[in-house]
Amino acid sequence: MGRAMVRIIYREIAGGAAFWGPLAGLGLLILVGLYSAWYMEHYGHIVTGMGNRIVWGIPHVFAIFLIVAASGVLNVASIGSVFGRVPYKPMARLSGLLAIALLTGGLTVLVLDLGRPDRLIVAMTTYNFKSIFAWNIFLYTGFLVIVAAYLFVLMERQMSPYSKPVGWFALIWRLVLTSGTGSIFGWLVARQAYDAAIMAPLFIALSLSLGLAVFILVVWTICRWEGRELGSGLLSRLGRLLGIFAGVVLYFTAIQHLTNLYSAEHWGVEAFLLWDGGVYPGLFWLVQVLLGGLLPIALVFHPKTASKPGAIVSAASLVILGGLAQLYVIIIGGQAYPLVMFPGMEVHSVFQDGVIASYAPSLPEFGLGIGGVALALAITLVGMKILRFVPQSLADKTVDPPPAAAEAKAA
Amino acid sequence: MNKLGDTERPEVADAREQTDVSRRAFLRAASALGGLALAPGVTLYAFGQEAEVRPADQAVTSQHRWGMLIDAGRCGDGCNACVTACADEHGWDADAASPTDAHWIRKVELRDPEGGLKRTLPMMCQHCASPPCVDVCPTGASFKRADGIVLVDKHTCIGCRYCMMACPYNARSFVHEPLADQKPYAPRGKGTVESCTMCVHRVDEGRQPACVEACADTAGGAMLFGDLNDPDSEISKRIASYATVEIRADLDLDTGVRYRNI
Amino acid sequence: MGSRLLVVFGFLAAIGVAWHGPFPIFSQAVAAETGQSGRVPVPAPARGKGDACVADTDFMRRNHMAVLNHQRDDTVHEGVRTKRFSLKECIDCHAVNGADGVPVTVEDPKHFCRSCHDYAAVSVDCFQCHASRPDTAAMSVSPDEAAALSLRTYLAGVTR
Repeated sequence: MGRAMVRIIYREIAGGAAFWGPLAGLGLLILVGLYSAWYMEHYGHIVTGMGNRIVWGIPHVFAIFLIVAASGVLNVASIGSVFGRVPYKPMARLSGLLAIALLTGGLTVLVLDLGRPDRLIVAMTTYNFKSIFAWNIFLYTGFLVIVAAYLFVLMERQMSPYSKPVGWFALIWRLVLTSGTGSIFGWLVARQAYDAAIMAPLFIALSLSLGLAVFILVVWTICRWEGRELGSGLLSRLGRLLGIFAGVVLYFTAIQHLTNLYSAEHWGVEAFLLWDGGVYPGLFWLVQVLLGGLLPIALVFHPKTASKPGAIVSAASLVILGGLAQLYVIIIGGQAYPLVMFPGMEVHSVFQDGVIASYAPSLPEFGLGIGGVALALAITLVGMKILRFVPQSLADKTVDPPPAAAEAKAA
Repeated sequence: MNKLGDTERPEVADAREQTDVSRRAFLRAASALGGLALAPGVTLYAFGQEAEVRPADQAVTSQHRWGMLIDAGRCGDGCNACVTACADEHGWDADAASPTDAHWIRKVELRDPEGGLKRTLPMMCQHCASPPCVDVCPTGASFKRADGIVLVDKHTCIGCRYCMMACPYNARSFVHEPLADQKPYAPRGKGTVESCTMCVHRVDEGRQPACVEACADTAGGAMLFGDLNDPDSEISKRIASYATVEIRADLDLDTGVRYRNI
Repeated sequence: MGSRLLVVFGFLAAIGVAWHGPFPIFSQAVAAETGQSGRVPVPAPARGKGDACVADTDFMRRNHMAVLNHQRDDTVHEGVRTKRFSLKECIDCHAVNGADGVPVTVEDPKHFCRSCHDYAAVSVDCFQCHASRPDTAAMSVSPDEAAALSLRTYLAGVTR
């Protein structure tokens, strides 16, 4: 261990206009979200674009994005506590705060979109444990408690010996949680686009990729606002990790579609999603694969851009965009393709059997989804103001002091 | 005046006798009308069996397993009797065709692109023995009754719509707007999921589902309802005598609704 | 300290008296609605049909929700359809007729359930799904009506 023991100092973020301004803006968006939820609940889901064929829409795209990112953003802390990588340790607290914030935002959107949100108590006390959805409800709420405990052992100096076992527990819990989220779709045998074991690992990869992208954006933004140094070496390191995660996502996506393409049974749905389904192939190839996958990977690894903070932050934004597109294609594209009840037959009915369902997202759905994102960011902002989550400095020499300098100092 | 209290059985027996009397009278009236209107060769075999009525205070058991047999060969192209009957019985709109409108039962038209052969059949909740909707419901609101009828307990349903994602037959509908003046024996409300109940309120009284009755009385007689657990029931005898299939049989759900001539 | 407490309590008591005493508008309005002439408004639910309810009024007041909750689980899951605590039977007996002689729905404040629930400000969830008045039509159909209904169903199907 040839590193100098540099003590990391954490400090709350400053108040003033730089805090209250953005908080007010987020508060407004949260109000829009709450109003959208009330509007949908009062008039019924007929005011949305969702129907009996597309039952999960834009709110679910946002909710699952937030939930998956929440699980993945904790990875930064896990790399520090569980895998012992020193440069990641100072970022562990912020990672935990973001995990709680993103999950809260995602769950809020999910719950407020329910047909009967007043029955939340029923959902939290009556479980059918054969349902992966029920398991997810249990795992999500448990995750909030575990991350709170994790933050406690990270932030309370006397508890720091416990950070590794609690970190392990949190890591395993979120692997189960995210596999469960993927299995919500993967275990649906009825639908051509789902019914695939690979959804679980795909969602794990997606969580790592999206979580790290969100973390990069948040840590870069807050360091700039607060004037705290963020080392370009650290940022490039995070960027390269993001590139690896984005690559793994592309890999699992490729395997999923190649497997489907090999069986005649799935040609229909694959042609729909990848070739002639209108908006879905566009989102898949242009936004998910190109903008959200290949371009960010190029940005973080190409020698000309790899060390530029602007490029890393752009890559993170692109990954988030690609992740949203991927979730849209999975969630909504998967429902748009009709069920195959009579293989080989042309099917027609008054209940939209046998036809591609159309979906036009409505304003309340966007309002609710964006409200959830705003809630997550607001919790993060308030948390950073009240407690010491953000290090005073994330300069390269602070988080990852070079061993040579330490030896020179010792000498 | 109804005598409300603990004396249940005489009331139920009275009601049964009343129903029997009215049913016989109705049959007379219907066959008089039907002789003119119905196509020749149609047999009203739906009334062949009389299920014994379980006393009102007795819980349902797995002694019976209710099922249906639908002969697509007898199903008329353009006939909507089953859909209209269900809609009238339960208070939804049979003609509504927007994506947010509920359909407990619908007519599906099939066309074989190889040769152009067309068939039509009614499609509703298949009341599977291993229902995917029951497996996925987070609160257990979607459940299978002991006698095989798959239902939604609307008191527990939180309206998450996951069962609608899971159903291989698109059998479920979500109520997208506030409702008023529901039928007292078919409660349905905004924000919950619903589907064909196999007219559980009728079955518990020993009657047939509305769609089966309508098809038998006024249309092709394509639908048969009965007890799959009883080897002497009409439905069991027919399933034993000629080939019938389940829709999406490869999913191995052991549906309560079987089809012939698809 | 003691005198401050006295002042606060005295103030609250004064408000209470003022509310019901020299300013009778409020209590008069409530009295008109509930048919009471006293100062304390109490709900006055309409009488149901027959001599008595299926259980004591006191028992029903305190426990109707519990028995309905128990009954609904029995009915939905077990198919038990006893009439004593059936919601449908409650509504049949306790239907309140409107001006046109037809039972009112829960939208009308005269509805039996609302007369107490409005007063207690406890929202009634049942009627989002359940019919709040007896169904005058379909249930008990005479043979002639049944034949006509059937023919109508057939004709509706044929003309499609």
